[in-house]
Amino acid sequence: MQIFSKKLDIDFMGKRKLSMVFSILLVLGSIGSLATKGLNLGIDFTGGYLIEVSYKESADLKAIRATLKDNSFGDAQVQHFGTSKDVLVRLAPREDSNQATISDKIFKVLQQQSTDVTMRRVEFVGPQVGEELREQGGMAMLIALFGILIYVSFRFQIKSALGAIFALVHDVIITLGVFSVIQMAFDLSVLAAILAVIGYSLNDTVVVLDRIRESFKGIRKKTPKEIINISINSTLSRTVITSLTTLLVLTALFYYGGEVIHGFAFALIVGVLVGTYSSIYIASSTLMAMNITKQDFLEQIKEDKELDEIP
Amino acid sequence: MINQYPLWKYLLLLVAVVMGSLYSLPNIYGEDPSVQISHRISSVDNETQSKIEVALSIKDVKAKSYKIEQGRLLVRFNSEDDQLKAADIIKATLNREHIIALNLAPATPQWLRNLGARPMYLGLDLRGGVHFLMEVDMVSAIARQIDDLTAETRSFLRGEKIRYLGITQSTNTMSIKFRNAEDRSNAQSAMDKEFDGLRFEEADKDGTFLLAHLTEQAIRDEEKAALQQNITTLRNRVNELGVAEPVIQQQGTNRIVVQLPGVQDTARAKEILGATATLEFRLTEGNYSDWTNAQNTGRAPLGSRLYHERNGDPVLLKRRIIVTGDQINDAASTIDSQSGTPAVSIRLDSKGAKRMGEITSDHIGDPMAVVFIENKVETKTVNGKTIKVRRTIEEVINIATIRGAFSKNFQITGLDSTEARDLALLLRAGALRAPVEIIEERTVGPSLGQDNIDKGFNSVVLGFVAVLIFMILYYKVFGLVANIALTMNLVLIFAVLSMLQATLTLPGIAGIVLTVGMAVDANVLIFERIREEIRNGNSPQASIHAGYAKALSTITDANITTLLAAIVLFSFGTGPIKGFAITLSIGILTSMFTAIVGTRAMINLIYGNRNISKISI
Repeated sequence: MQIFSKKLDIDFMGKRKLSMVFSILLVLGSIGSLATKGLNLGIDFTGGYLIEVSYKESADLKAIRATLKDNSFGDAQVQHFGTSKDVLVRLAPREDSNQATISDKIFKVLQQQSTDVTMRRVEFVGPQVGEELREQGGMAMLIALFGILIYVSFRFQIKSALGAIFALVHDVIITLGVFSVIQMAFDLSVLAAILAVIGYSLNDTVVVLDRIRESFKGIRKKTPKEIINISINSTLSRTVITSLTTLLVLTALFYYGGEVIHGFAFALIVGVLVGTYSSIYIASSTLMAMNITKQDFLEQIKEDKELDEIP
Repeated sequence: MINQYPLWKYLLLLVAVVMGSLYSLPNIYGEDPSVQISHRISSVDNETQSKIEVALSIKDVKAKSYKIEQGRLLVRFNSEDDQLKAADIIKATLNREHIIALNLAPATPQWLRNLGARPMYLGLDLRGGVHFLMEVDMVSAIARQIDDLTAETRSFLRGEKIRYLGITQSTNTMSIKFRNAEDRSNAQSAMDKEFDGLRFEEADKDGTFLLAHLTEQAIRDEEKAALQQNITTLRNRVNELGVAEPVIQQQGTNRIVVQLPGVQDTARAKEILGATATLEFRLTEGNYSDWTNAQNTGRAPLGSRLYHERNGDPVLLKRRIIVTGDQINDAASTIDSQSGTPAVSIRLDSKGAKRMGEITSDHIGDPMAVVFIENKVETKTVNGKTIKVRRTIEEVINIATIRGAFSKNFQITGLDSTEARDLALLLRAGALRAPVEIIEERTVGPSLGQDNIDKGFNSVVLGFVAVLIFMILYYKVFGLVANIALTMNLVLIFAVLSMLQATLTLPGIAGIVLTVGMAVDANVLIFERIREEIRNGNSPQASIHAGYAKALSTITDANITTLLAAIVLFSFGTGPIKGFAITLSIGILTSMFTAIVGTRAMINLIYGNRNISKISI
């Protein structure tokens, strides 16, 4: 079985203006949404309380809200979590005396309201911890991008590295944008997913860049545009198949991994889709925009030869 | 002839497969519900074991096995029912010197354990339990240090016969007021020899002052000591709570991570861990009219201080302390035989006992008070800023007349039964040097833990099977080879995780799932290359050779970049992210081995060293 049975010859670079417009619109839309709506940050980053409880029968949210309100927890957000029997209560940090015991108080209140409630999960993140995680999260993303920039410019050259970084920034912004538009909760696991997206998307991009480099060295008498087209075409089936297998397992994770892992799987699915597109278009379009020529790779060819000559 | 592997590569693979299988094997045996018994000071002996055996057989509870290891006795049971029953029986049989904890012990067979093979350690999100991040209040630790120094300085200057007018203290500085500069310089040179860690400075505004600052080094030392002592105390308290396999670790310079697997009653765990309660014994001063008088005027006579009883009544106590909580060796909650009310029986150490003996024999007929002291730190947000408020609660819980001299053993009353039980526990475990505050909590109930295991397992299996089917449809024989490599990869990941005794968490499982999807990437790269070579008209043998050779640098680059991201994840990581980063990194490394060396070996066995016109790809 083969998806692309004959030799492909799609003119990807011919349509790069179109893809540029498409990407720019997506990125601007994402930034717009991030600027206006922002992310629905989970308690990992804002600080606060999260209590997941489970009932034997399907839970009456109205009654739960009313009970909480009567016990001065009126600002609690109450919602179903996964099934109608599971309920998630979220609360912002309190200006209360003993912060760590609030979650116990809430659970006691819920127990008074209905005896068949069982505790599934409690999370409390103090405001200072939330702030640290926010800072560290941003730092982690920057460090990852910077480390990658260095590695890729060392292994390829600076133009390829810039192409790869453009693709990554593109993927991260759009994935964040999707989370902002649909206001899905953004917690630590989603951040981990986004860092994994960086790794995955880069993996994809490096494969394409690798082929572009090889083609520039090996093929004569073709324009850069043609060479890039050939490279993308010859790696296309690999790009699609790997994305497919990864999406297969992510779908399994999304549907069967449980509610806790939902955001994580979703972020990765979005990231893999965007990453596949960006590894085909963004990195190579950047190379075109920077007028990449054989000359750019020649220096490296020379170095490689010198290396080869070392016994 | 191309496409042949040297023997050593096959042997290497064989060793990897055998080792991988052996070390991942313990994970399929599951766990036995068990009870772990340890002794507070010494170790558990055979005598204790036979005592338990007898007690259990009387009540007809069957144990699966008994084993003493590292001074601890582990009794395994066939069901959780038996385990819970047995725990109650054992608690009733043994004295308080024993700590009894429920545990899930890995049911790894002995021959595997002899090889050092152990199952993976399941994270709290999978087995259920509590994770606390606690912050030690260093400001209080330093303030206490200054308190102590002030007291020492007073007695030191008195001893040296150097006159001073008074001592006041601030955050990390004492300021001592003198009558004249001569006294001050005498004091400074004397104190300089006596006290390490103080830096002196003269100040002459509104009087002759000597400022003694704690040096940076002294502050750092104190903070370190406070952290260490708190960790020790927390460990004692956790042991008192009866938790098997707790984790108590330093994090950064002022934080402590506490992980308690299987603990359900988080409210009690929080109370006990964070409690700073201790006791002081003092003699009273004056009589009831003096006390109300002091209450009304707000002035206590020299050498005494105004306290309040629990009902709000005032009482004057002497400033000199008879005995503090530090001098208590052992404490147990009990019922007072005369009044029938809850009580705490107390045993003092030799120094405390000697002092208590002297005081009580001198003051028969006088009342003595027990002061209950608790330090609380509360975080408040005021105008968007987080501030910490420190409060010390000092209550007189009991005033009793000394009927006769006593020293080492005695009882105190005046508490309700929960308070008596908790206070006894806290006195046994020792006091915290500085208050701690829980700044992060993650609790997972047991039902959710099991759910997470099931769901994680299901999604690994589902994703895995889906990829297997796809690969075989798409690449036929080569796909089958890739599938065998993928299976080997999973086995290796589990083996490495088990050998490292890394903690498996739900995000960790997600990392494994992701690895399954991405591990085939290397094979896809190679196989697509081979197809390309065949399309270009090369012979099958040459295509296989070229396919592997050309794909290698791409695979390496692609994996190293992903590894870079994983390392960043790990170094940034708090708990959940770390678990994901670990499995992802291990998966990347093992997959490179299985997908390149593993598949090549199999392909060479199938197609190598013979003439072929067609390959199944």
